[in-house]
Formats: sequence, structure tokens, C-alpha cells
Amino acid sequence: MTAVLYDIPGPKARARNLGLGGLGTVLIVAALGYIVYRFIVTGQFSGKRWGWIEYVAIQKLLLGALLNTLQAFALGAVLALVFGALFAACRLSDHRWVARPATVVVEFFRAVPLVVMIFIFYFGLPPATGIVVSTYWAVVLGLMLYNGAVLAEIFRSGVLSLPKGQSEAAYALGLRKTQLMTNVLLPQAIRAMLPTIISQLVVLLKDSALGFLIGYPELLFAARTLGSQAQFDFPIIPVAIVVAAIYIAMCLLLSAFANYLERRTRRSPKRADINPAGKAQAEGHVLEAQAQGGGGVV
Amino acid sequence: MNVLLNNMSLFTTGFLGTIKLFVVSLIGSLIGGTLLAAMRVSPVPVLRTVGSGYVNIVRNTPLTLVLFFFAFAYPRLDIVDLSFFTRACIALIAYTSAFVCEVVRSGINTVPVGQAEASRALGFTFNQTLSQVVMPQAIRAVVPPLTSIQIALLKNTTIAAGFSVVEAGGIYSTLSERGYNVLVGLLWVAVGFLILVTPLTVLQRRLERQWSVAR
Repeated sequence: MTAVLYDIPGPKARARNLGLGGLGTVLIVAALGYIVYRFIVTGQFSGKRWGWIEYVAIQKLLLGALLNTLQAFALGAVLALVFGALFAACRLSDHRWVARPATVVVEFFRAVPLVVMIFIFYFGLPPATGIVVSTYWAVVLGLMLYNGAVLAEIFRSGVLSLPKGQSEAAYALGLRKTQLMTNVLLPQAIRAMLPTIISQLVVLLKDSALGFLIGYPELLFAARTLGSQAQFDFPIIPVAIVVAAIYIAMCLLLSAFANYLERRTRRSPKRADINPAGKAQAEGHVLEAQAQGGGGVV
Repeated sequence: MNVLLNNMSLFTTGFLGTIKLFVVSLIGSLIGGTLLAAMRVSPVPVLRTVGSGYVNIVRNTPLTLVLFFFAFAYPRLDIVDLSFFTRACIALIAYTSAFVCEVVRSGINTVPVGQAEASRALGFTFNQTLSQVVMPQAIRAVVPPLTSIQIALLKNTTIAAGFSVVEAGGIYSTLSERGYNVLVGLLWVAVGFLILVTPLTVLQRRLERQWSVAR
């Protein structure tokens, strides 16, 4: 569509596009150049500020922080998938006493900000109930509840977007509801929703950075600690650049994997005729969760 | 109940801070997102590349990292001194604009190609096609996901609390200083967010049902 919005440029349009392109380049280079200039002027690229990279202890610190991030991500992802599958199954149930509470729970955990949930686990529970929650578990539980709720919605949209003929044929063959779910609907739904689910896992990875706010020793926390070292002249910007590069690389890898899966399912003959509205709704949920970065958008 | 009633001013200042952050970032992100979408759709290759690059990078960065940069790293650059609130707003706008851009662009793509072809055939220029034909139809596809993103923005403002901005996420620390039950206080904050978020969610669901577009 975007290629149809404008005609093949004639001489005047070409000149105008070149002019706009030139102007745009100048503005962008000027802005970036100013930022780099400020970096240089305040000595962000001086050797002293980057000396910390050479120390093995600091490299180990950063690797340990990366490991912590990945640990929180891994456990959070597994728990969120389980939680999501469980609550999707509950919401899809025919028994109202199962479906209604499940809906309330899922909607509640989607509405409360992830930060508030993590604070409740870390700051709220210990004084009130005496249960001491470590920073790791506060982060993991918060991630599980929020992303689990969004994943429940994704699974549910996936199952609902399958053609009705699938369930009708299964009932005609005498399958019960549980058998229908596990043997017919869920495999197809998961295959159809896999890119969306991976995108939600990218959101989970970004959300793990919230551990910084309660002192969980993940990458941002390590960046803050390193950045306040006077012996390296407070290298907060170099450390922030390195940590940002690590985060962006990890998320880009996961997103690329999701894109690859999307392209593969589009070409695969095994995929069911997914109702596009249902799929779009599920993608809407993921965009919302992704926007809430750090917390997510659909 | 005491926790809420005795600290009413604390709660109201906190949520007022949240709403201020939200409104400023809402308007900023709508403008920024539309600008980015225009860049990505434009016939100028440089603008397209820069737009896509920006959106792809920001979509893969945690918001905490963006706020971290503006809170801790920005003061070291010795550019204009800005308050925590302004810096948080800029970070939120920079982050959310990328998502608004994606939504606007995919909304534009839901309009059937024939519409743009027909308007080209009638001799509409790029600007006329966009403003008279495509955008009015794209609004249907754009507004429901846009509402979702703004709901997410509302929830994201709590992250700014970790960076010394006065808003609802920071209420718990003052409560614990005053010796109140932090758990109850945080639950009231959660209820407050439920109250703020639920009308928006209801609006979004209704828009989605009424305006659903097959993509």
C-alpha cells in the first residue's frame, strides 16, 4: 500500500525528494552530531572512562548480571506460559463457576501495573505477613502474573480464531471437551500463535529490567553500580551504552526468531485457516503488552 | 481503610503526578508517532531508513533502560538542565512514539490498495491521498490498538516512580516512613490503577468490536 501512495517520481518530484532527503539528512546528522559532540566534550570517550572493560572482575560482574537477567527471564517465561495456559483453559471452560473467576483474575492482573505488583511482593508482603520474598522471586512472580495474564488472552484468542469446523468435527467423532482441547485445538492454536507468543516473551525479557527498581542484581543494576565508581571517573554513559547494546541484541535475536517463525508458518501447508480478526486481536494484546515495556503493549 | 483516609493527600498527589505524566506523554507520543509514521511512509529513502531504524531499536529496548539513561546519564552530558518530570516525559514520549508509529503504519496498510490506486488515478497528490482518502478510513483500524498503547503508557508511568518522579508508584515509600501498612497501601494503589485503567479498557473493547477491520 505504501508504494501506491505516490506515483513514480517525475523530474520535479525527484528534485523535491532529493531536496527533502538532503534536508532530512542534514537535520539528522546535525542532531546525532550534536549528541556525539556532547559525548566527546564531556569526555565520555576518554580512555579512563572505558578502562573498566579490561578488568576481569568487572567482566565477571557483568556476565553474572546477564546470567541473573536470563535466569529471571527463563523461570518467568516458563511460569507465565503455564499460568497462561491454565487460565486460558479456565476461561474457555463451559462451567460458569470456573470461567467467571478466571476472567476476573486475568483482567485484574492485566490492569495492575507490573511495577506495583513487584512492589507488592517485595515491599508489601514482608512487613504484613512475615513472608520474606527475595528480589529474584518478586521479579519472577510479578512477571509470571502479568505476562501469564496476557498469554492467557493470546491462547484464548488463538483457540477462538480456529475454524468452527474443527470442534464440530471433533464433537461429531465423539471427542469430549478435554480431548478436543488437547488433541485438536491447542496444537493448532499454539502453532498459529507461536510468533505472537515469542513476541510476548520479548516483552518478558524487557520487563525483567524492572528488577532494577527493587535492587535485583540484573544488568541495569550492575550498570548503576559500575557507573558510580569514582576510580573510572563515573563511567555511567559508557556502561549504559554497553548494557543497552546487550539488551537490544538479546531482544533483536528473539524478535528475529519470531519473524522467522511467522514467515515459516505462512508458507507451511499445515497451518489452519486462522480467522484474521482473532489473530489481529491477539496481536493487539501483544502490542499492548510490548508497549508496556519494562512493562508492555499489545 | 485508615491507610487510605489518613494519607489522602499523599494518594491524590501521587495519582495527580501519574495523570500529569500520562497526559503530557499521551499528546507527545501521538505527535511523535504520527511524525515517525509519516517518515516511514514517505518517498524519501533517508527518512524511511531513519524511521525504521529508530522504531526497531526502541521497540527492542526496555523502557527502564530509556528512563535510566535520561535519569542518570543525561545530566552528565551538560546540556540543558531539566527536571525529573520533564526527563521522564521525554523518555516516555520517545518510547511510546515507536509503538504509535507501528500502529498508525499498520492501520494505513489495512486500507485496501484500490483506494490509493483510485485516488492516484484521479490525480490526487501524496498529501491529498493521505489526508482525504486513506487516513479517514485508517482511523477505524488505528484507534483500538492506539487505545491499548495508551493504556500501557498509563501503566508505564509507574516506572518513572523508581527514578524520583512524584507519582503513584512511589507512594509506598512515604507510607512505610510514616509507619503504615505498606501492603494495604500498595493494594490501594493497585485499586486506583484499576479505576483509571478499566474505563479505558472498556472503551477499547467497545471500539474493537464496533470498528473491527479484517486485516
